[in-house]
Order: sequence, then structure tokens, then C-alpha cells
Amino acid sequence: MAAPERRGGELRRGGPGPLARVRGYFRLHAQNLLGSLGRLARQPLASLLTVAVIGIAMALPAGLDVLVTNARALSAGWASAVDFSVYLEPGQPLARAETLAAEARGHADVVAVEVISADEALAQLSQFTGMQAALEALSDNPLPHTLVVRPRPGLSAEAVGRLADGFETLEGIDLVQLDTAWVERFLAIVDIARRASGIILLLLGFAVVVIVGNTIRLDIENRRSEIEVMKLIGGSDGFIRRPFLYGGLWYGVIGGLLAVVFNASALLALAGPVQRLAGLYGTDFALQGPGLSGLGMLVGGGALLGWLGAWVATSRHLRDIEPT
Amino acid sequence: MIRFEAVGKRYSGGGEALATLDFEIAAGEFVFLTGPSGAGKSTLLKLVALIERPSRGQVVVNGQNTRKVARRRIPQFRRGLGMVFQDHKLLADRSVFDNVALPLLIAGFAERDINRRVRAALDLVGLADKAPRLPLTLSTGEQQRVGIARAVVSKPPLLIADEPTGNLDPALSLEIMRLFERFNELGVTLLIATHDIDLVTRLGHRRVELVEGRLVGDTGRRHGSA
Ligand SMILES: Nc1ncnc2c1ncn2[C@@H]1O[C@H](COP(=O)(O)OP(=O)(O)O)[C@@H](O)[C@H]1O
Ligand SMILES: [Mg+2]
Repeated sequence: MAAPERRGGELRRGGPGPLARVRGYFRLHAQNLLGSLGRLARQPLASLLTVAVIGIAMALPAGLDVLVTNARALSAGWASAVDFSVYLEPGQPLARAETLAAEARGHADVVAVEVISADEALAQLSQFTGMQAALEALSDNPLPHTLVVRPRPGLSAEAVGRLADGFETLEGIDLVQLDTAWVERFLAIVDIARRASGIILLLLGFAVVVIVGNTIRLDIENRRSEIEVMKLIGGSDGFIRRPFLYGGLWYGVIGGLLAVVFNASALLALAGPVQRLAGLYGTDFALQGPGLSGLGMLVGGGALLGWLGAWVATSRHLRDIEPT
Repeated sequence: MIRFEAVGKRYSGGGEALATLDFEIAAGEFVFLTGPSGAGKSTLLKLVALIERPSRGQVVVNGQNTRKVARRRIPQFRRGLGMVFQDHKLLADRSVFDNVALPLLIAGFAERDINRRVRAALDLVGLADKAPRLPLTLSTGEQQRVGIARAVVSKPPLLIADEPTGNLDPALSLEIMRLFERFNELGVTLLIATHDIDLVTRLGHRRVELVEGRLVGDTGRRHGSA
């Protein structure tokens, strides 16, 4: 019977028990979760557009972050592992070079010293095509003896600089060539890119909130009469709000997944050329993806931003709809 | 069940819709609210359902003074009464079953209870076989009965209806009124706004008449009706 039953002359209003209430609560959430997804699927084009915009907005800072991470990984070894060349004064005998090399090898911050005699240097140089004729025109070997010093890996750029300076003051040394300035410049650029990616992340995160918020606002407007009916039959603000929140959640999650796909495609497209480039430099550097945690951050971040956008939209617009 | 104490209602930008109304409806009564268009019938019902608030005086529903119901508590308050509308107000994209189930879903009932209660309510209005249909595939009279099933599915002690037979022919109107009488026999208090004087006269329940926001007639409680 659907009408109130009489019991002892009083009307019994059958409400749900506490356990049923809790179960009902979770069932309601599950239904809302799937229901909101279904609603998105019923307007595939509009949903796809929204989700694509979110995906792009999230892929940009994530992609930039991947680039910065790779650039830092690439350059991390440079500053300390860079060899520097110590040129002896012209006329210094090879024996002096050998002595200096032996002393240098004893230094704690030096792992290897190679002596390149003037003759060897000339032989190396003459291997370059086009140089041969020019060198043969010279009567004397103009090249000095050289030490190639390899500092201990992990040494800071400053320590490497001090080490090089130390060589410059030694007897019989003409010039120390330490070319780390470009590494520092490169690191400075990477640092700017890293900061920029942080700012872009903030701006585009805000954009995602606005996009989802606006989409949900339109959704609310389209379902105005439905919302009024819900309010008329006793739907609480939370009950009416929930499907919209889940809608925002889905936009964010799917947008995040799309961003993952965008980034993976970009990485895949770049992996080959980067490997070829690395091969040219004789290193085995390979592009690093964002990893599982990066993917989780994209999807989780999308969920959070989508939920937030829907939360803002429902806070602002659901209140205004009242049955009349 | 319902008590109006010196209730006045003035819409902002409008005239006086209700002026100093005093009357009471006891639990178990069947009351028709009549009067010409613009008399204030809908306004009165809206005050009962807290869709509007009185400008003056008190409206007490089910023992609760509506003045003391905060905005936040209105949903809970509305779950204590069933409402039937002239235009049904069904959700077009949900089945008959889902429409009727909505108040139970809102109240957090378990799925088994929802199934049982919705079936029972649809049985009562004679639409058991229409559960999977969409509202717009039903006739107007059937849609109105879906609206009624939704209003009674959570077994509220009070049912209010604004011109529930406004779009129906006399035969269907009588059918709907008979349905309301069955609920009344089960103990539900009914307040039904209508301008169908023939039907009101024929059924012979208590009649409260408004003209220009004033109470101009009240046949008083009919002892046979509860
Ligand atoms: N939202 C509103 N704003 C201003 N005036 C209104 C509003 N609703 C109703 N009224 C006025 O209040 C009076 C009573 O209206 P109503 O309660 O709808 O009467 P009935 O339902 O008996 O036809 C009418 O004069 C109507 O114009
Ligand atoms: Mg009216």
C-alpha cells in the first residue's frame, strides 16, 4: 500500500532505517557517478569539445614539465663532468707536461689526466679534411703540449672552476680552457622554463576550473525545470548538486586522460629524433616520460580541478533556482 | 494539520494576493479550495508548501510554524507533504518508475524498499503496467496519475493539489477525485484547489471559498469525510 497505514489511530510515516540510509547514500553516489557519465555520453560532441579543451590545457604545462625534467637530467652531469684543457707554454718540454700530469693525478678532485703531446695534437688535427694542406705549409708544429683533466663527477661547478684556476697559476702553464659558461647559461634557461611552467600550470589550472564551471553552468540552465521539480519534492541542495559535481569530476578525469594521450603522442614523436641527436653526440640519452606518478597527477589533478569548477558553478547558480 | 492565523500575502510588485486569512484544517479532512481565477488559491497552497512565505501572520503545517523553518530545512519540510500539480511536473527523460521513485531516492530509502513502494503506488493509481514507459508516451490523465503516485509514494500525511483536474475531461476528473477519496479513507489529509464547481458540489466535501484573497465561504468539517 502506498498510502499511510493506520496504526493505533496514528499515521505511520515509514522512513528508512539508519543502515538503509547509509547503504542508500553509497548507492546514490554510485548512481550519480554513472548517471553523470551517461549524461556526458548523451551529448558526445559538446562533451568531447569541453574535454578536448581541458586535455590541451592540462597537456601544455605537463609537457613543459617533461621537457624541463629532461633538460635538467641531460645537463645535470655537464657542469662537473666537463673536462678542461690545460695548455703548456710553447717551448715547454714534454717531460714538464708529464710531471704536471703526475702531480694532478694525485689531486683528490681529479679522476684522470691525459697528456696530449704537440705531435699527437697535430696528428689529430690533420685528420680533419681540409686541414692537411694548411698544416703542411707550416714549418714548425705550432701546437703546445696539452693536459686534458677530468674532474671528479659530482663536483659543483664552482669547485671545478677553482680546480681550473689552480692549474692556471702553475709554472709553465699558458692557458686553462674551461668552457662551462654555456652550461650555466643553459641551466639558467632551464630554470626560467621551470618557473614558467609553474606559472602556466597555475593559469591553465584556473582555466580548467573556469571551463568546467561554465559548462556546468550551462548544464544547470538547461535542466532548470528538472531542478525546480527536485526542489519541490524535497530534494536537498546536496542531492541536487551531486550529479553536477560528478559531471565536473568526469570532465576533469577524462580531460586528464586526454592530456596523458596528448603527451604520450608527443613523446613518442620526439623519441626517435632525440635518440638520433644523442647518438650524434655519442651519448645514450633517451627522453624520460612523466612516469606513472606524472600520469596519476594529470588524472588526479583533472579530477580535482573539474570538481572544483563544478563546485563553484553549483554554489553560484543552484541557489538561484527556486520553484514558483 | 493546517492552520492559518491572520495570514496576509503581498507579492513584491503585485497587489494583495491574500488578506487576513484565518482557518484550520484538521488531520484526516478532505477540503476543496475554490474561487475564481486570481482569488489566491495557488498562493495559499504555496504558503503551505513553503514555496512562498506569508507577509503577515502564521502558517502552521503538520505542527510546524513555517516561519521557523529555515531555508536549509525546507527540503526536509517538503518531504512531509505530497504535492500534485496541474502540469504534473514529471521529469521527461526518466521512466514512470524512476519519476515515482524520486522522493524515495531523495529520502535515502534502500533499493528493495523503493521497488516495493513504487510498485504499490503505481498499483494504487492503476499504472502498474506502465512503469518502464516515458511520461510523454502516456495520456494526460495517466501522466496526472503518475504525478499522484509520486506524491503519495513516501506516504505523507498531507496531500495538496493545485487544479489537479484542470486539463482533464469530466470523466477523468471524477476518476482522479475518486483516487483522492481513497487516500482520504486511508487517513491522508487533502487540500485540493479547483474551480470545477460541479465536481465539488457532487462530491460534497468541505469547501473553502476565496474571492480576491478573502475567505468568503466555508462549509465546515464534514464528519463523513474523514
Ligand atoms: N509571483 C507573483 N508575483 C506577483 N503577483 C502574483 C504572483 N503570483 C500571483 N500573483 C497575484 O496574486 C493573486 C492571486 O493569484 P493566485 O494565487 O495564482 O490565484 P489563483 O490560483 O486562485 O488563480 C493574483 O492577483 C495574481 O496576479
Ligand atoms: Mg492558481
